[in-house]
Amino acid sequence: MKLLYFAWLRTRIGVAGEDLPRPPEVCDVASLLAWLGTRGPGYAAALSDPALVRVAVNQVYARADHPVVDTDEVALFPPVTGG
Amino acid sequence: MSVRVQAEDFDVGAELEAMGRSDGGIGAVVSFVGLVRDGAAGAPLLALELEHYPGMTERQLEAAEAEALRRWRLHGCLIVHRFGRLAPGDRIVLVVTASAHRGDAFAACQFLIDWLKTRAPFWKLEETTAESRWVEARAEDEAAVAGWGAAPVV
Repeated sequence: MKLLYFAWLRTRIGVAGEDLPRPPEVCDVASLLAWLGTRGPGYAAALSDPALVRVAVNQVYARADHPVVDTDEVALFPPVTGG
Repeated sequence: MSVRVQAEDFDVGAELEAMGRSDGGIGAVVSFVGLVRDGAAGAPLLALELEHYPGMTERQLEAAEAEALRRWRLHGCLIVHRFGRLAPGDRIVLVVTASAHRGDAFAACQFLIDWLKTRAPFWKLEETTAESRWVEARAEDEAAVAGWGAAPVV
């Protein structure tokens, strides 16, 4: 999986993106977020409030039950503030 | 119909002129220009850093234009959104719509800015003389887009 982080999720996690092998327990957005939260204190801090985390799979907004496969680009970011 | 995501500034007058001349059937051109505002309480704003998600940004803005075209009779539509480091008073975003009569252009322009504020993946980092802080999303913006019958993003 290719993972991308933006805004304060990026600064809390400490990297803009990473390629990670998908563990067997990760099959959708919800299980991906749960697994990422166990990867370290930066991840846990970034993901502590699920209401503030938006997810896009292959550049399209995705809900918690959206599937995640090895070839996906998954982006995590806070609610947007452009315009 | 076009979308541009760029670091450079844009020329509002030139864009309106070009839109107005692009199609003889155009009788109304409406624009919205968003500016960097020093509206925060406390320390003065030095700069605004606009981060975005290249690729998804363009897809979201193109989807917004497609939705506007589906809803209104438009002869032209342009969205220009900047990223990078901006100063107070700088232009951030331009939305231009054109139609035969004013109603479609006015409605589509407001729809597009309401839509992009809650859908396009941009984030503002405010740098003041005291600190740097990420701007928080406003509930009013989500309410505005909900008023157009748009479903929440997640």
